Amino acid sequence: MTWFKREKKPIEAPDQRRIITEGLWIKCNGCKDPLWKKDLEGNLQVCPKCNYHYKISAYDRINLLMDAGWTEHDSSLYSTDPLDFNAAKPYKESLTSLPEKVGVREAAVTVEGKMDGVPVVLSAMEYNFIGGSMGSVVGEKITRAIERSLDNGSALVVVSSSGGARMQEGALSLMQMAKVSSALARLDQARVPYISVLTDPTTGGVTASFAMLGDLNIAEPGALIGFAGPRVIEQTIRQKLPAGFQRSEFLLQHGMLDAIVHRKDLKAFITSSLKFFIA
Amino acid sequence: MDHLTAYQKVQLARHPHRPYFLDYVEHLCPDFTEVHGDRKFADDPAIVAGFGMLRGQPVCMIGHQKGRDTKQRQYRNFGMPKPEGYRKALRVMKIAEKFTRPILTFIDTPGAYPGIDAEERGQAEAIACNLREMSQLRVPIIVTITGEGGSGGALAIGVGDRVNMLQYSIYSVIAPESCSAILWRDQQHAAEAAEALKLTPEDLKQLHLIDEIIPEPEGGAQNDPAAIAKCLASVLERQLRELQHASPNDLVSCRHKKFRAMGAFGE
Repeated sequence: MTWFKREKKPIEAPDQRRIITEGLWIKCNGCKDPLWKKDLEGNLQVCPKCNYHYKISAYDRINLLMDAGWTEHDSSLYSTDPLDFNAAKPYKESLTSLPEKVGVREAAVTVEGKMDGVPVVLSAMEYNFIGGSMGSVVGEKITRAIERSLDNGSALVVVSSSGGARMQEGALSLMQMAKVSSALARLDQARVPYISVLTDPTTGGVTASFAMLGDLNIAEPGALIGFAGPRVIEQTIRQKLPAGFQRSEFLLQHGMLDAIVHRKDLKAFITSSLKFFIA
Repeated sequence: MDHLTAYQKVQLARHPHRPYFLDYVEHLCPDFTEVHGDRKFADDPAIVAGFGMLRGQPVCMIGHQKGRDTKQRQYRNFGMPKPEGYRKALRVMKIAEKFTRPILTFIDTPGAYPGIDAEERGQAEAIACNLREMSQLRVPIIVTITGEGGSGGALAIGVGDRVNMLQYSIYSVIAPESCSAILWRDQQHAAEAAEALKLTPEDLKQLHLIDEIIPEPEGGAQNDPAAIAKCLASVLERQLRELQHASPNDLVSCRHKKFRAMGAFGE
């Protein structure tokens, strides 16, 4: 006679009642505290505790800044892989897989509409599309956005988020810097306002062309902004870089930015500046 | 010589005996007067700017300058300009514009200097500003890439009505070594990267990004600096003649159209 008897039925694991927490929480990149994803989503992808600004997609940016009822332009432009760039990972592969994966056809999206009632042409960059890099298509789209502003007198706003020129299109990408800057010179002469918004990260050929040429250059807090990337600088000078180097606050301190604006205040800041310029 | 691979051409463009800007100045323009400083912060020895006569015609000349020996290389910062270099270049170009003198620029740089001080003083802003302002200058601008055309650091004095490349020069958005480091995570594939980047004069001509390729003496410019300088002078003289009757408005609008047309995409 045993004291214990094996149960016929195995003990049921409470499968259905388990609460899935995986993927609902993340560790904040800024304060390292646990962060409920829903809190982040409800707060424009900004950490409510430390104000760390997460990257947002081009369309989220457009919806954040524009009044309802905008129209998109130049969405049919696509890259043709003009150099037949086959090194390591073929460029063509990225070009075919990314539009569906990222939800944009290229690394910049141009729309036209109103921003708090002010007519605006807005180009927003998409970092998830090959690091927001500027190849022929991005260069052409930004140039056309400038020309559209020039034609109808609407203010121009460009929100940058980019690693720089797109290596896979070689010197063609490089020349986009000159193309866009030359178009901006004309906008400047026509006295149409241009506000450049720099978001994390904005480096290389994008900073060294249109991102630094705004009537106002404004940035989100904590964004990495510079010409050379921090890793390249570290390797060149063989020193550790100081904390906060190349962040928005550093650039403001060195006179490269007009203001640092929290994401929730961005639309109001831009529209009030535009109203001041054109009213 | 044209069985050379792209990476061999990169190495020729970087050849330590290759003529540098001041060597060309010596041949082209013996009475050259150098001027210094950006009037804001400092003088940058990585860019040399000044005035002189090219075959009887007053011109403004601006170029990157690398050093020959260790001491000079350090002094010239290996031909890598800081913001004050680009600002000096622009300042001198504006003087040339004011007194209606054509501008000749000579490009030979690994790139703009990637350092803490350069970033603090706005390397990106300095380059961007040059791109915008050069597109509007109301005098002829002729650009020649004589050695390394290193990305934005090269383009910042490279917006012109004519863009020439010497036969063994290169012009690229990124150094092949850095491209290799990004794509393969090491620098061993620089040769493949050089091939893929299409950075030779022939490639750029085919992409409609440059106007003329200037042939070099057998084995490269370093074998006969006097000959290449003479050849270059003839080309520059001819191009100046082509541009001298264009009105300032036409110059600016043609230059804009020239760069406006650059790029390859589908629609």
